[in-house]
Amino acid sequence: AMDTDLSSQDRKDLDKFIKFFALKTVQVIVQARLGEKICTRSSSSPTGSDWFNLAIKDIPEVTHEAKKALAGQLPAVGRSMCVEISLKTSEGDSMELEIWCLEMNEKCDKEIKVSYTVYNRLSLLLKSLLAITRVTPAYRLSRKQGHEYVILYRIYFGEVQLSGLGEGFQTVRVGTVGTPVGTITLSCAYRINLAFMSTRQFERTPPIMGIIIDHFVDRPYPSSSPMHPCNYRAGEDNGAVYPSVEDSQEVCTTSFSTSPPSQCVFTVTKAHFQTPPPVVTDTLKVPVMGLAFSHQLSSSRLSYQPAALGVGSADMGYPVLFAGGLNAAHPHQLIGPGKEGGVPPIPSQPAHGTQADQERMCTPLDGVHYSAATPSSSEDTETVSNSSEGKCGSPHDLLETIFIRKVGAFVNKPINQVTMANLDIPFAMFAPKNVELEDNDPMVNPPDSPETQSPLQGSLHSEGSSGSSTGNTHDDFVMVDFKPAFSKDDILPMDLGTFYREFQNPPQLSSLSIDIGAQSMAEDLDSLPEKLAVHEKNVREFDAFVETLQ
Amino acid sequence: LFSPHRTLCCAPPGAAPAMNCRAEVLEVSVEGRQVEEAMLAVLHTVLLHRSTGKFHYKKEGTYSIGTVGTQDVDCDFIDFAYVRVSSEELDRALRKAVGEFKDALRSSGSDGMGQISLEFYQKKKSRWPFSDECIPWELWTIKVNVVNLANEQERQICREKVGEKLCEKIINIVEVMNRHEYLPKMPTQSEVDNVFDTSLKDVQPYLYKISYQITDSLGTSVTTTMRRLIKDTLAL
Repeated sequence: AMDTDLSSQDRKDLDKFIKFFALKTVQVIVQARLGEKICTRSSSSPTGSDWFNLAIKDIPEVTHEAKKALAGQLPAVGRSMCVEISLKTSEGDSMELEIWCLEMNEKCDKEIKVSYTVYNRLSLLLKSLLAITRVTPAYRLSRKQGHEYVILYRIYFGEVQLSGLGEGFQTVRVGTVGTPVGTITLSCAYRINLAFMSTRQFERTPPIMGIIIDHFVDRPYPSSSPMHPCNYRAGEDNGAVYPSVEDSQEVCTTSFSTSPPSQCVFTVTKAHFQTPPPVVTDTLKVPVMGLAFSHQLSSSRLSYQPAALGVGSADMGYPVLFAGGLNAAHPHQLIGPGKEGGVPPIPSQPAHGTQADQERMCTPLDGVHYSAATPSSSEDTETVSNSSEGKCGSPHDLLETIFIRKVGAFVNKPINQVTMANLDIPFAMFAPKNVELEDNDPMVNPPDSPETQSPLQGSLHSEGSSGSSTGNTHDDFVMVDFKPAFSKDDILPMDLGTFYREFQNPPQLSSLSIDIGAQSMAEDLDSLPEKLAVHEKNVREFDAFVETLQ
Repeated sequence: LFSPHRTLCCAPPGAAPAMNCRAEVLEVSVEGRQVEEAMLAVLHTVLLHRSTGKFHYKKEGTYSIGTVGTQDVDCDFIDFAYVRVSSEELDRALRKAVGEFKDALRSSGSDGMGQISLEFYQKKKSRWPFSDECIPWELWTIKVNVVNLANEQERQICREKVGEKLCEKIINIVEVMNRHEYLPKMPTQSEVDNVFDTSLKDVQPYLYKISYQITDSLGTSVTTTMRRLIKDTLAL
């Protein structure tokens, strides 16, 4: 009844406009959260492919995800397209920052001209979106992502869920466009309370077509290449429009947290997979392996199967990539510690992933304080690591170990010099309460690596904790030692931050200390009469001397 | 002050806008070195919404529209970033205007108050000997108050505060744009220069002009109008 006045051509056009508007909206939002400046060129001659007369590049994976979320539908009353932007710390805690909502309400504008006015207003709305995406708090956060946190996005279709935004979130309206079938509304609800929450997770019901996308732009050092590779991986699901990734992939990642410098996290992954070739898109060139740290960017990805988390799932979630979600409701969680010798086993997880399982995965083990540097991992990893204990195995097993070196453990100084108070851990609110010192830390034991012993690994073993691991399941371990500048020195085995802190407060010079000063003054005063007597005796000589000067 | 070509149209400087011209006023307080970036951020945001791609007229009165690119601009003296149209010509024109405004503010000896206006207008051609009329349809006025800060700590706070303020201004601008109020009708080929500035090679903003006023310390406004040359003709 609503669209009886609309010609079929107009209706077709309108549907097309709305569809492409939705896709472009997602592109603008995600691109605004990549952490880099966007620049596209104006072109006076129409190319015919620039929707809404705006040069907005299409990141293929983003389009793919958006299309999957929409599944052929269009935003309608009660069916909104939402792009959720969240932040995930290097310790694995995440927080929703924004929800961008593209909604449709029932208010129709029958008089409006579809092919002309609606189109131009949609174009105007996209320009407004470009402007507004730069003024919400998440923009500045996203420009600084890389070390301590990454920005993730997720697209879902259905009912808008704002509960994850915390108390007192604010809303900004980007704009509306009336059409003969309803009014399109674009708005953003964003978190105000940016204080990190102390609870690790919060319950959420998985949305209908939940997909988890991780996008991580690695930017370890400002001096490194200005390119910020966003590695786009092909999907494993059917009908992927871009090159698919082989099942076997080699993943080998390390991550070094420069803050706090006392913590050094290694992720060791079973080298079962080959690094897929980089996928270069129009938008962002990807010098994938160019950077020393860029191997962090490569790797497999999670499959897009929300439900079926099996051991067979080849991919490992990856922050850098557009990886599908295992658990529909969550971006990837960090993985638990592996089970090397001396490391207590992780509570066994069922093979299928659930939110609860993932949360459990994040729970620190008894006596272990750890924070994972790998911003993402897959449920599979956890499952597989369970399997390394003798459960099911598969050619796609992944085994990951995260362990932490804490201040004092591998430094040539007694542990009692280091107190917890000295560890200024960022996001300390997330630090598990039952943290214990390194001497109880079973995580110190790295897996038995067949590779060369890096100096760091050597120091890890300094406490005599050589990993006597359980047999050949770990044969394929590859530990990559990460040696950022100034990070390690065999002579003075401490990292830059510790060094800085220690030498920031040098001991006082003895001559400046009050006791000694007072002492010497007392001495001076005592010796004065004696000196005066000597001078009086020699007064004649002094006078003669003075005369020679005149 | 005045460009060498006189545009023989438009109301005298300082006149009120026409009755159906909507007027928006924004106010900012900034430090001296933030003036340029703050003005550019606002002006570019408005012009982003008020520029289209180049029109290419085809026969039968249809036209196609070119593509407008955009780019992010980071401010050096303000914790702020904004999006502008990718057009060096347009950027140069705005920077020139804002530069003059900043210089006038500085050299006027005033207490640092002034305003810069961005006016969109349509030309209505008249027969000789009458000159063309300029009919404004939208007027943006940015009132600026320049503050002096004593120390670095205050400057740092100012960076952040002005950044937040500009975020609010952008939201305000977008609100206005979203009202979908009067816009000039899309012109035919013969009329396009009465509605749009077709002199740029990559984008096509609506006809606009920028002017500014400095308020001297006595509170009276010294009008300095800078006329924008847009493809005009010297009648008479």
